[in-house]
Amino acid sequence: MADIKYTKDHEWVRVEGDTATVGITDYAQEQLGDVVYVELPDIGKTVGQGDEAAVVESVKAASEVYAPVSGEVIEINDGLADAPAGVNDDAMGSGWFVKLRLSNTSELEKLMSEDEYKTYLAELD
Amino acid sequence: MADGSSHDLKTTPLHSLHVELGAKMVPFAGYDMPVQYPLGVLGEHNHTRAKAGLFDVSHMGQAFLEGPDHETTARALEALVPGDMRGLARGQQRYTVLLTDDGGIIDDLMVARSASADDDGRLFLVVNASRKDVDYAHIASCLPQGVTLAPATERALLALQGPAAVEVMARHCPQAADLTFMSATSAEFVVGGQSIDCHVSRSGYTGEDGVEISVPAAHAQTMARALLAHDEVEPIGLGARDSLRLEAGLCLYGNDIDETTSPVEASIAWVIPKHRRVAGDFPGAERILRELADGPSRKRVGILPDGKAPARGHTEIQVAGAAVGEITSGGFGPTTDGPVAMGYVALAHAKVGTSLDLIVRGKPRTAHVARLPFAPHRYAK
Repeated sequence: MADIKYTKDHEWVRVEGDTATVGITDYAQEQLGDVVYVELPDIGKTVGQGDEAAVVESVKAASEVYAPVSGEVIEINDGLADAPAGVNDDAMGSGWFVKLRLSNTSELEKLMSEDEYKTYLAELD
Repeated sequence: MADGSSHDLKTTPLHSLHVELGAKMVPFAGYDMPVQYPLGVLGEHNHTRAKAGLFDVSHMGQAFLEGPDHETTARALEALVPGDMRGLARGQQRYTVLLTDDGGIIDDLMVARSASADDDGRLFLVVNASRKDVDYAHIASCLPQGVTLAPATERALLALQGPAAVEVMARHCPQAADLTFMSATSAEFVVGGQSIDCHVSRSGYTGEDGVEISVPAAHAQTMARALLAHDEVEPIGLGARDSLRLEAGLCLYGNDIDETTSPVEASIAWVIPKHRRVAGDFPGAERILRELADGPSRKRVGILPDGKAPARGHTEIQVAGAAVGEITSGGFGPTTDGPVAMGYVALAHAKVGTSLDLIVRGKPRTAHVARLPFAPHRYAK
């Protein structure tokens, strides 16, 4: 299983080689409610850790998705343009937002493991 | 994500039912209110348009304006609003606005004249939750001797909206089926051998047919549970309430209208009948009559973004790089399956079809002025 890390803002990142796939967690999609629009960055854009990487809009509000790690955008999930509800259906899988070419693997150490994220969520409730 | 603290918030008589039904509760106008139920905002919106949705609107203000006879009470209210209150027939309801001396809107409200000759001289008011203290103080300070305002704090208010709403309501309250749009009556709601006194109007704020039911707080849960027991009815939260009223092109106080906007600017000049325009006998008449004659400087219009990105309230509207207005309500319209918005633009840009740029997250996105409502009104004729 690939290594998945989590941010306090409820993004996840799965690292395979130097590719980091980024999405929002199941908890986040549930909090947002029905997703109706996803704004994705241009391919080739460089983002720093914590920079805005995408915007996800639910019926009620727009929320920023921050890059868990720095890198260059090498792929975006075009399917979300036509079917934004894919984020609700499979936030941790096919509802991913962007793939980044990881530029600094040490940044991953600042993120939470799955167990740490679960503990963090339990504290939020 | 905002972490809504629930202390110091008021609750409605249906609060425990919302929690029991699994609602996500949020602070709204000083109340702990359901924003959505497990069905979700989209599902709730679509269910209301297809069948019937039950809304708890008990946070809104209900009050009786009482005087010795209809003429006296209606005249007292006409001093504060531009509508025809004296001409209200028994059992008729009307939408109007409280005005400042400058012609700004203090609040929008519903006014119903009692259907019963025994209660002549009594008008039933429903005002916005966020404005009730302001409204009541304003009204009370302007009343002539012999006319009093009595807030009905021990009453709940439910709205049942959607194409199946009246049929479902009529199973408990046959009089509901006889009401025409914007008429109201005292009625009995029968459930399990119990008969509950209530006040029913055929009205609502979703663009759909439906009723609003004022009921003593002690009976609100019984009534709500009876209505929810029908397959056609789902509970609906504030999220879908907002998207339904936006698609219906209806103003939300605090977003689309406030003390700076006049009824002419808000495109609700229809609340001012001809005889009152001629008389000019309402607060702010000088400004309002001037705007009616010369056109207002800005106007509320419907706005359809061309792409899929919703544009929210406070989004700047530009034409050729210059700011010409602001979106006041905007989001995703589930019935239209795309973004919808409304806002104010300078009069020169208010014509249907006019191209606009909406500055969403710093980037201009094309849009155009569109006719309201976005979802056709389906009120009972």
